[in-house]
Amino acid sequence: MLDTTYNVETPEGIDLHARAAGPVPRILAYAVDVLYRTLILAALGIGLAFADTAGIGIWLVCSFLLEWFYPVFFEVLRGGQTPGKKAFGLMVVNDNLTPIAWGASLVRNLLRFADFLPFAYATGVIAMTLGRHFQRLGDLAAGTLVVYREADKAPVTLPDSTPLPPPRNLKQQDQQALISLFERHNDLSEARQQELANLLEPITQKRDSAALGYLRSVASWLLGGRD
Amino acid sequence: MRQRDFENRYRDSWAQLDAWLKGAGKNVDAATLDLPAAYRNLCQQLAVAKERQYTSRLIDHLNQLVMAAHHRVYRQQTLRRRGWLHYLLAGFPQAVRANGRTVALASALFLLPALVMGIGTYNNDALVYAVMSPKDVLSLESMYDPGNRVLGRERGSDTDLAMFGFYIKNNIGIAFRTFAGGILFGLGSIFFLVFNGVYLGAVFGHITRVGFVFTLYPFVIGHGAFELTAIVLAGAAGLLLGRSLVDPGQHRRSVALRLASIEAMKILYGTFLMLVIAAFLEAFWSSSAATPISIKLGVGGLLWLLVFAYFSLAGRGEVTGEN
Repeated sequence: MLDTTYNVETPEGIDLHARAAGPVPRILAYAVDVLYRTLILAALGIGLAFADTAGIGIWLVCSFLLEWFYPVFFEVLRGGQTPGKKAFGLMVVNDNLTPIAWGASLVRNLLRFADFLPFAYATGVIAMTLGRHFQRLGDLAAGTLVVYREADKAPVTLPDSTPLPPPRNLKQQDQQALISLFERHNDLSEARQQELANLLEPITQKRDSAALGYLRSVASWLLGGRD
Repeated sequence: MRQRDFENRYRDSWAQLDAWLKGAGKNVDAATLDLPAAYRNLCQQLAVAKERQYTSRLIDHLNQLVMAAHHRVYRQQTLRRRGWLHYLLAGFPQAVRANGRTVALASALFLLPALVMGIGTYNNDALVYAVMSPKDVLSLESMYDPGNRVLGRERGSDTDLAMFGFYIKNNIGIAFRTFAGGILFGLGSIFFLVFNGVYLGAVFGHITRVGFVFTLYPFVIGHGAFELTAIVLAGAAGLLLGRSLVDPGQHRRSVALRLASIEAMKILYGTFLMLVIAAFLEAFWSSSAATPISIKLGVGGLLWLLVFAYFSLAGRGEVTGEN
């Protein structure tokens, strides 16, 4: 079963949920990071070319730091996101969905080498696809996982409609159906919404825009709108 | 309570918390908000919203807010004020001693092949070619040839810096790989330990056989105290990971691996520091031609003593696992 949701119950009794990120966005994010690292190294190489042999030493130290600690730096100090992960809306978290700290970040990034073996992250990809939460070996050892960072959704502006009470008591499910139709007014075309509203013609005795307007009014009442 | 009333009642507190979370640490407002209380209230409101089956948009919004606050509340504070000093003075050697058997195993995996290979190449001049190409052997010989010494080792400080960069990238990279390989049921660590043992054994045996002892040993003795120990320790840290997978004991393998990685990192932080020291010594001290051989040997011996004294004595007075 392919279900990427990851749930954690906090001590406060709340279920937090996140979606684990699969190999493809992670590989793409990694490619972006590799690109950035290469660019930095190239720029450094050009800059340090003027410093002669001492420049080689500094360049080697920088390339060492970039190779092993570039992800650590961003994961700990930039909220679990390297620039590549940020570009793809990913973030690294502990498996209880708390932010990652130095120790865990170091483990998962040092073990990158084992994940890389024998070539091109073959071990890591196999480990990811075998596990339920797409964890590579480094993630397993550090107790971390990569999840999607949910973007802040702008609050929806609901269309104006005078609230009308429903003709009779509606079941919870029916109420929710009406409310989601109301809330999704931006996502669905007007024609499709009217088509959906027409399904209720036997009850509402209305068609097209009149039916839709009526359903919106009822939904607005259900949400607590009053005149 | 209808959803709209519910939202109206709490909208301000959510907005306040949201603003605080987004700008926390920067503005002065940070002090005005009681985060734990706000977080608990928010959790309660989310639970109520779920129970009353309010719309998914509201629940998603609250869930995101809870998640952000949860991040802030449960942020792990690993760096205590005296953490680093305490680690250097006691924590690191204690961790090494606590895993004494694994460290001993790693040492054996490194030293035994080195010894066998060293004795072998010392007695048989063909054996060195089993691990190195003839070209490598030639360049190795010329590196430690006393005749070349003045030419090869008279170098400016800029070359020292270049070599420092090389040692950092190369040697620490080797140590990190030795550690990381351990997660493959320990096989990677074993491979790197044995491989380095064989290689170094061959180098020492061959150079001793050729008779360049007065160039090789004074050069390696100083940084070797830190570098060789560090490689063994990195291997030991890797073996800890491997052992947790082969023999997880009372835990599930995933849990055992997690616990082992925490233990291994206690060793690895110090190992990293030792390798930086080694790179410094190798680039700026070991290679200096001006220092007489006797001083180099003396200081080198002292460094070995220091390293061993550190691991066997430091932090003994304290109760282990104090924090």
